[in-house]
Amino acid sequence: MIHFLVHDSADTVAVAVVDLAAGTECTGRDLATNKPLSAKTTEAIPLGHKFALKDFAVGDTAIKYGCEIGKVVQPIRAGQHVHVHNLKTKRW
Amino acid sequence: MTDRKIYAYRRENGRVGVRNHVIILPVDDISNAACEAVANNIKGTLALPHAYGRLQFGEDLDLFFRTMIGIGSNPNVAAVVVIGIEAGWTQRIVDGIAKTGKPVAGCWIEGKGDIQTIAEASLKAKEFVQWATELQRVECKLSELYISVKCGESDTTTGLASCPTVGNVLDKHCALGGTASFGETTELTGAEHIVAAKAANEDVRKQFMAAFEDYTRLVFAQKIDDLSESQPTKGNIAGGLTTIEEKALGNVEKLGKKTKFVGCLKPAEEPATPGMWFMDTSSAAAEAVTLWAASGAVVHLFPTGQGNVVGNPIEPVIKLSGNPKTVASMKEHIDLDVAPILQGEMTLDQAGDALIDMIVRTANGRLTAAESLGHREFVMTKLYRSA
Repeated sequence: MIHFLVHDSADTVAVAVVDLAAGTECTGRDLATNKPLSAKTTEAIPLGHKFALKDFAVGDTAIKYGCEIGKVVQPIRAGQHVHVHNLKTKRW
Repeated sequence: MTDRKIYAYRRENGRVGVRNHVIILPVDDISNAACEAVANNIKGTLALPHAYGRLQFGEDLDLFFRTMIGIGSNPNVAAVVVIGIEAGWTQRIVDGIAKTGKPVAGCWIEGKGDIQTIAEASLKAKEFVQWATELQRVECKLSELYISVKCGESDTTTGLASCPTVGNVLDKHCALGGTASFGETTELTGAEHIVAAKAANEDVRKQFMAAFEDYTRLVFAQKIDDLSESQPTKGNIAGGLTTIEEKALGNVEKLGKKTKFVGCLKPAEEPATPGMWFMDTSSAAAEAVTLWAASGAVVHLFPTGQGNVVGNPIEPVIKLSGNPKTVASMKEHIDLDVAPILQGEMTLDQAGDALIDMIVRTANGRLTAAESLGHREFVMTKLYRSA
């Protein structure tokens, strides 16, 4: 089973493609290279939601599709849920 | 890759449609009642009530006429009865539609009242619908179809599965000489550099960036907060999308990997040549699909993540989803399930071919989920207040 996907090798967030419980040892795939990846969640991540592949400090930029998707507004540890509570748009 | 055979309606001007509607088209809001009465009298006709058509002016009035004439001219429409409050604007729309060569008649209410107008229009509508129902589908090529694309209630699966499936189809369709259009101007925010890089030449790139920056200025002039109540939508956020940039990057997966876009269209403007075109549209589903229907598009491809249910009265909307929860919980709305992409059980190329099969079946007459459920959202775009 594939637990998560990343769009680009430069991505710092991953997308859960099944509902993940906290503490799941996950198998994933890099869609750019088709290489297998592994990660561990530290929070429950619903299908379609993102988790961090690295630690982020406030002010860091999250990368998905190899592009900027927003600025970090609360510290995030690898494996944690990344969403509107800790990531905001840079555009409006 | 070869072109597919379809059975469709070849109209008087050579254009290919996949439906055979006889529509009763109100010029203005106060003619809706008469149009609905005619559609009730004459079975097999379809009234398209709407909210506008009075005291519009300038660019907004131009868009109004382009939309009305474009809807009547769409190859999915066999014939049209136009009803307005007065003769002038009614005749202008009749004359615009008549350029296609299809049957069209106009009736107006002033000086006669609703009841006599309904009687006259009903007789015309009966004549048109009996004529149209004898028209036969003929063999045409899939590449003769003008296809529009827009996603809605997106989530992260849209960018992983359903949008790139549409991109795969557009690459194949445009390589065979087909026509396609994408838009959703503000929903390109954060991915506008990717779209700009797909412009066929520098002129097209500049036109696209001008349209994008113009819409962005409108948003910034009107906004009173960070738009977090609107973009992304509540549905997008529930599905895991966090920012407009992330949403836009998934959205532009619909544009494919190879195809360049050959030009930029005003809202409801018809493409002049085959190829992929950008249209300056709202990102609201019913408004945007109505603009494409008015530009002559005959099939719409609609990826959804959380389950947008939109349809259009004259342009069939084919829905596909890559979210296995949505496919299960809202299955009556989904024409094609591409969720197996998430587990690597289906490639994008296989998904694209499955979507092409669904376009062929739809073109040949299969009702889409939205058609069978009666979704006929006809929503005109209005640029500003009337005079």
